[in-house]
Amino acid sequence: MLNVGQLNEGVVLDHIEAGKSMQIYQYLKLDKMDCCVAIIKNAHSNKMGKKDIIKVECPIDQLDLNVLGYIDHRITVNIIQDAKIVSKKVLSLPKQLVNIISCKNPRCITSLEPGLDQVFFLADPEKEIYRCRYCEEKFRSMRRKTHA
Amino acid sequence: MRHLMSPLDFTVEELDKLLDLANDIEKNPQKYAHACEGKKIATLFYEPSTRTRLSFEAAMLNLGGSVLGFSSADSSSAAKGESVSDTIRIVSCYADICAMRHPKEGAPLVASLKSSIPVINAGDGGHQHPTQTLTDLLTIRSLKGRLGNLTIGLCGDLKFGRTVHSLIHALVRYPNVRFVLISPEELRIPDYIRDDVLVRNNQSFREVIRLEDALPELDLLYMTRVQKERFFNEEDYVRMKDFYILDKAKMELARPDMLVLHPLPRVNEISVEVDDDPRAVYFKQVQYGVYVRMALILTLLEVEVC
Repeated sequence: MLNVGQLNEGVVLDHIEAGKSMQIYQYLKLDKMDCCVAIIKNAHSNKMGKKDIIKVECPIDQLDLNVLGYIDHRITVNIIQDAKIVSKKVLSLPKQLVNIISCKNPRCITSLEPGLDQVFFLADPEKEIYRCRYCEEKFRSMRRKTHA
Repeated sequence: MRHLMSPLDFTVEELDKLLDLANDIEKNPQKYAHACEGKKIATLFYEPSTRTRLSFEAAMLNLGGSVLGFSSADSSSAAKGESVSDTIRIVSCYADICAMRHPKEGAPLVASLKSSIPVINAGDGGHQHPTQTLTDLLTIRSLKGRLGNLTIGLCGDLKFGRTVHSLIHALVRYPNVRFVLISPEELRIPDYIRDDVLVRNNQSFREVIRLEDALPELDLLYMTRVQKERFFNEEDYVRMKDFYILDKAKMELARPDMLVLHPLPRVNEISVEVDDDPRAVYFKQVQYGVYVRMALILTLLEVEVC
């Protein structure tokens, strides 16, 4: 197996569905951060067969990990300090998403009004459905959308 | 400060209070004739509307207040590219309350976030039209004496008709309401109303195609227009537009105390020969629309009349 060096401080995102790591890279805005990132694709997993892993070396408060709940709340988030796992963050669907996804409804005011935040609220946690705050257009969580 | 974006913004108790006030206005209009003296309503209508705009303006004039505003986007600063957020900030300096109609869904909500005066959603695209729902509820409660224990037929365009969707949302909060959904296959109620509202609330409902099959059991028939502007294909519209025509012969199948409501404008779906039937209350409904908007203005402006 490929070896990537140990982190001193940061996060390890494990059990990412194979092939999804680049999307997570974008959602976490890692492309805009000046930190060390390792992406491992298609690693062997006893549980999943194949999985992706992302390791990020940075102060933990610099990352908005809540968005991961929207992408796939089954991802394991290991918080690393002093080269040790100090905690595992339990992900859940965020109650609100701000500027993570955009409303696709052409009749929505977000398609016209400049500078408006794209806000979605969790309307149905069971079915993982979000609705646009303005027009109530329905969006499934990313995991449900993929598996629908 | 409170706004009105959706008919569900009011609890059942608050709604009762609002409808009581509307009924008192109906009985004692003189008592309220000066209630809003010195106050102004801005009617910001980014798309044409006859009834809703005039109803708001009549409501404010009946309360002794004044009216300003515009009746199309072309005659407003929106034509110059001004945002809704900027417009409402400016209008907040001119008026005490505002009613906004906008073709974009959620525009009144955006306005309410930046406004320093109460904003009433007077219709935003195919999304919400809460004051029509308040009008429907006041009409039903005033003429039937209750909002529960009713069998209600909703007929016509149940797919795109926002008034139907809002009315269902509002009525599922009352006990023992049974819905009969009457529409052609192509204009059936959408899944998000059937599953998320009716099924989730264990609401009694059935779907039928023929109006004649439903008429004998109804306490109330809510007719809707097949809206030309919702069709991409002229051929489909032509095929659907006269699917239902309520006429004298069909009215004979209905109970003697069944009421016929319609949000108007009607085209062919109710024959003019039905207008003189005492059960046809769609023009009374328009009058109730003024009373409920008067009650709403008083409530949002927190004006108390003793």
